[in-house]
Amino acid sequence: MTRDEIFSKVQDVLEDALGVDEDEVTPEATLVGDLGAESIDFLDIAFKLEQTFGFKIPQGEMFPEGVAQDDRFVENGKVTEAGLAELEQKMPHFDFTGFKSNPELAKIGNVFTVNGLVNYVERKLGETANA
Amino acid sequence: MRWMWIDRVTELDEGKRLVAIKNVSLAEEHLHDHFATSGDTPALPVMPMSLIIEGMAQSAGILVGHAQAFREKVILAKVSKATLDCEAPAGITIRYTATVERMDASGASTKGIVEYVDPANGHSEEVGAIDLMFANIDHNRAGVVFPEHNFVFGEQFKTLLRTSGVEIPS
Repeated sequence: MTRDEIFSKVQDVLEDALGVDEDEVTPEATLVGDLGAESIDFLDIAFKLEQTFGFKIPQGEMFPEGVAQDDRFVENGKVTEAGLAELEQKMPHFDFTGFKSNPELAKIGNVFTVNGLVNYVERKLGETANA
Repeated sequence: MRWMWIDRVTELDEGKRLVAIKNVSLAEEHLHDHFATSGDTPALPVMPMSLIIEGMAQSAGILVGHAQAFREKVILAKVSKATLDCEAPAGITIRYTATVERMDASGASTKGIVEYVDPANGHSEEVGAIDLMFANIDHNRAGVVFPEHNFVFGEQFKTLLRTSGVEIPS
């Protein structure tokens, strides 16, 4: 499956899960800020991506979990160096470059872009094909 | 007190499908306000759509909760889709058929069909679809801790299951 085909399917999933229009789902759009996703929508998106692409998404693999509750990773509302390293290692599909300059936990939603989801799906499909 | 918006579970295929019914009755007070006479407009007692969604949520919620032996606190998290083609007047039976689309430790998504059954002639008609998402709140992503006892599936749910002849997993 080409990246364009993956993007098109991810676009359909997000239109369905978030009730947004096709033209809103651009590669750069953020799920929370631009598309209005709330926390439960992340679960919905994961379910729909699984159905669309036919792979399983373990909890905490596509979106981070537990980072905010871990004192090693968050101090005074900011993600620590250790937290950033953890996020980058576990979630290479998202680009944390901009977030690192001001790693306020409240703004982490800006990292979750449509492009990041496409990266994730592309990697998972590659893993499935190579398995 | 919890409002019960289903009267009986009529079929249960564990972890897959549940069918429940609700008899719409003029004895329910809210029907007289929904909608009352207004000027020249005669009264139109029909069950509010929001309560039909709640009926499906209870049907699908029991299906999901039962599949996990009622250990999880299953709460309605999202109404993914809700369509209803016509009103539910007093005297008809609403039949909810809920099926599990996907389920894991964090929650479940269900699909649902709403039918009206007319007891006068036995005819049934599919009139709507209600798709829902449930979250198991002890597995929520925000790390919030909830009380240990299962406040979602209380005595009224257990009574409903028992009177429907559904075995409650221990």
